[in-house]
Amino acid sequence: MATCLGDAMFPQAVKGTVKLLRRLGHEVVFPEGQTCCGQMHVNTGYLREAVPLVRHHVDVFEPVAHGEWDAVVAPSGSCTGCVRHQHAMVARRAGDEALAERAEAVAGRTYELSELLVDVLGVTDVGAYYPHRVTYHPTCHSLRMLRVADKPLQLLRAVRGLELVELPDAEVCCGFGGTFAVKNGETSTAMLADKMRNVLGTRAEVCTAGDSSCLMHIGGGLGRLRTGVRTVHLAEILASTEASQTPAAAGSAGGVRDEPAEAQR
Amino acid sequence: MSTTHLGMPAVRDDSHDTGLPTYSPAGQGNLRGATSFPKAAHEKLLDTQLRRNLGKATGIIRGKRAGVVAELDDWEELRLAGSAIKADVMARLPELLEQLEENVTARGGHVHWARDAAEANRIVADLVRATGADEVVKVKSMATQETGLNEALAEQGIAAWETDLAELIVQLGHDAPSHILVPAIHRNRSEIREIFLREMPNVDPALADDPRELAMAARAHLRRKFLTAKVAVSGANFAVADTGTLSVVESEGNGRMCLTLPDTLITLMGVEKLVPTWSDLEVFLQLLPRSSTGERMNPYTSTWTGVTPGDGPQEFHLVLLDNGRSAVLADEDGRAALHCIRCSACLNVCPVYERVGGHAYGSVYPGPIGAVLSPMLTGISGPDDPNASLPYASSLCGACFDACPVRIDIPNLLVQQRAASVESHPRPTAQDLALRAAAVAMSSPGRFAAAEKGLALGRLVAGRKGRISSLPWPLSHWTDSRDVPAPPAETARQWWARTGGNDDEQEGRA
Amino acid sequence: MSGAREEVLARLRAARDAGAPRGGVPPVPRDYHRSGSLEPGGREVLDLLVERVEDYRARVLCAGTDDEVAAAVARCLDEAGSRRFVVPADLEQGWRPRIGDRELVEEHPSAPLTVPELDALDAVVTGSSVAIALTGTIVLAGGAPGQGRRALTLVPDHHVCVVRAADVVETVPEALARLDPSVPLTFISGPSATSDIELDRVEGVHGPRRLDVVVVG
Repeated sequence: MATCLGDAMFPQAVKGTVKLLRRLGHEVVFPEGQTCCGQMHVNTGYLREAVPLVRHHVDVFEPVAHGEWDAVVAPSGSCTGCVRHQHAMVARRAGDEALAERAEAVAGRTYELSELLVDVLGVTDVGAYYPHRVTYHPTCHSLRMLRVADKPLQLLRAVRGLELVELPDAEVCCGFGGTFAVKNGETSTAMLADKMRNVLGTRAEVCTAGDSSCLMHIGGGLGRLRTGVRTVHLAEILASTEASQTPAAAGSAGGVRDEPAEAQR
Repeated sequence: MSTTHLGMPAVRDDSHDTGLPTYSPAGQGNLRGATSFPKAAHEKLLDTQLRRNLGKATGIIRGKRAGVVAELDDWEELRLAGSAIKADVMARLPELLEQLEENVTARGGHVHWARDAAEANRIVADLVRATGADEVVKVKSMATQETGLNEALAEQGIAAWETDLAELIVQLGHDAPSHILVPAIHRNRSEIREIFLREMPNVDPALADDPRELAMAARAHLRRKFLTAKVAVSGANFAVADTGTLSVVESEGNGRMCLTLPDTLITLMGVEKLVPTWSDLEVFLQLLPRSSTGERMNPYTSTWTGVTPGDGPQEFHLVLLDNGRSAVLADEDGRAALHCIRCSACLNVCPVYERVGGHAYGSVYPGPIGAVLSPMLTGISGPDDPNASLPYASSLCGACFDACPVRIDIPNLLVQQRAASVESHPRPTAQDLALRAAAVAMSSPGRFAAAEKGLALGRLVAGRKGRISSLPWPLSHWTDSRDVPAPPAETARQWWARTGGNDDEQEGRA
Repeated sequence: MSGAREEVLARLRAARDAGAPRGGVPPVPRDYHRSGSLEPGGREVLDLLVERVEDYRARVLCAGTDDEVAAAVARCLDEAGSRRFVVPADLEQGWRPRIGDRELVEEHPSAPLTVPELDALDAVVTGSSVAIALTGTIVLAGGAPGQGRRALTLVPDHHVCVVRAADVVETVPEALARLDPSVPLTFISGPSATSDIELDRVEGVHGPRRLDVVVVG
């Protein structure tokens, strides 16, 4: 599950996930019919409009419920959260019990990346190398919807060369909240300011998380102020090895994401 | 929700007697502000003193709560029990209310019923007038704030004296409460000192801004009132159906003063504040103090059952208030909002509340629970209804659910109320059209990929900087403070189609 | 008025059915501690009570015999400078301090003191019904022996409360099980307090500003 944001805006998180899982010896399938889980619609209150998105998602990923694949993985806590905690609700609310049950079957085998690695595959050391000072922001939906707890931290602690710095008030929301960032842009910015203050206080050069959306928000603020801190998805760090660490891959200080400069060349 | 229950009676929004679940009538009480949340928040975010006061106070209370909750190894079991007891109450609410009424009446109390805020206020005013009194002392009560009782009594020539310290600060400051538990949380000590100096007769002009001195000034100010008051008005934290017992949970002793010394006690209570049995209180008397003030137990909890000869008020009236609660009860998911025991833990952990404060919500019920309860009680009349904006006053971070002692799934209720907000639109708004179009585009891979071609435009806008710093409205709300990365040269889908996921090392390094 | 009653009940009945959970309402899980692990009245539960009551900045004295109770009560009154004190007429005789230069007022249910009379007193000495060690709470039952009516323990500014060891339980559920809700109950956890100014706790507002507890047995 690439997620719409990962597909369109942050393909490096998707690529990182693919690369990592292949390195660990797993076969990865990218169902090309996939689009979007509908989270934006659901969380903005467009529950009726979300029904076709849920149906489409279930159609595309249903092979996992039939055992054709072992698991669906997404490099996103909030998209996984939407699939697991909202899809069946959306279907039931529309009176489609059959769709709700299909959605539950798919959701039962859908995992956020750190859950898949730690809980399902039983690995914490994925053999990654990432020689940077990093702080980790636990995104709200991974923390409080999926309860991934410290799984991402377990993974990060095992990364060679990585200096992990604890983020103060880590569990407080960064202020993204999907359309909240636009509909209540000023309150969102006030929350972002505090998150950035805490990130900057760590003196980390990289802020990581399990959701490209929250990273887009935090990174968008860090970049605007030219803070010299960049945001990198957890999947990219875990995919990283000695071989992939070239000076160019250290990334731009723009703070928005790891590789935009290279991608442009 | 409303779309699936075909047999559900329509919720009514007028005050005719239809016997159907009914919203709180528009124009009554204090459940709806004058402006939308984002507009109100705009003002509040500029108030640096407010930000400091709120940040400090909520930080302290979060710490205290976390400490006393961690002491109990059965906290989760208590939450589960509390949630289930309240679900049971909702399933039997009319029967339990009748049982309560019977027991209160048997013990010499009088029970009154109010359809809405105006009726509740009228009942209380009539009861006060019947005693011949022209003033009442009041215990802090959300229900009377909700109905706007003080203003209604003032219209009848009856003075209402708030006796809780924070309510007193709010009343003397001609202000509105901004928090369920600490209504003056938006004020700091020096602001409170100024209010006291300005508004309290006979106050020592040398009054310092030390909290103890300020509290003592309030004690001196109110003591004469307590000792001479003939009528008190209270709310209730709990009512026990099988015994007819009422309960008020407090700290200062102002509650005990009001519940004990006057001749007449009038208690106004929302119909949902019931528990079925006396022993059910064993759950809530543990959940409430630890969640609200962050104490193992609050200094004083009073319980009383009807009238006790020779002890306390010899006349007791209980007013049971609907004011929209029937409409909330009619909603299968939404009725969980009626489980709320008004502890305010969700306010204290909410990053939105912490930054804007309670006034931005307009309603007397602020914070996460208020953002769902207020629109559920009033209904949402359309896109311009200020309460339509409340369910969006959250980033859905979920901290409120974790803090809620009765496990109300507030994030889910926020989403459901957003749906109610969207579905109240008589005509599609610009946002409706945009999201409908997006849903069409996103439910087919072909259309989605086609839409992604538009990303090239983003790359053009970003230019050589690799970032976008300015977008047109409404996305300007994003770029006001945040950049947007330039879209990548290749989407993940294109990358997979081109490489099968195999050449990630070369890609991007070329 | 009866119109409102019937209307509200009709609305609630319709709403109860309209919003009924499809899966029904599950039974209430009561997996929390309904009794403590400490024996009521035992040493450990008393120690816990003392620690928790002191946490609220109340004073706690322990006594073994009635004479020691009387002496402890006298000490509490003297240290606070409370000269005129009131007791319910049925307060244990053995707990009463020697009068000395103090002034004792007894309140009989048949002749209650007026509020100004109560206000003119320095202190009140009472017994109690139940104490909860875990939360440092003492419960007074209106009209129960030695506990008087509610106003008696409210208006005087100093409350000396005697707690019998046998009445001390560990948890809230154990306490509620021992209490009769038909009489007015007052749960007291330390002196009155407020945190309404910047969440800064101040002890002593409208209720008694000083609480002394004497644990006996």
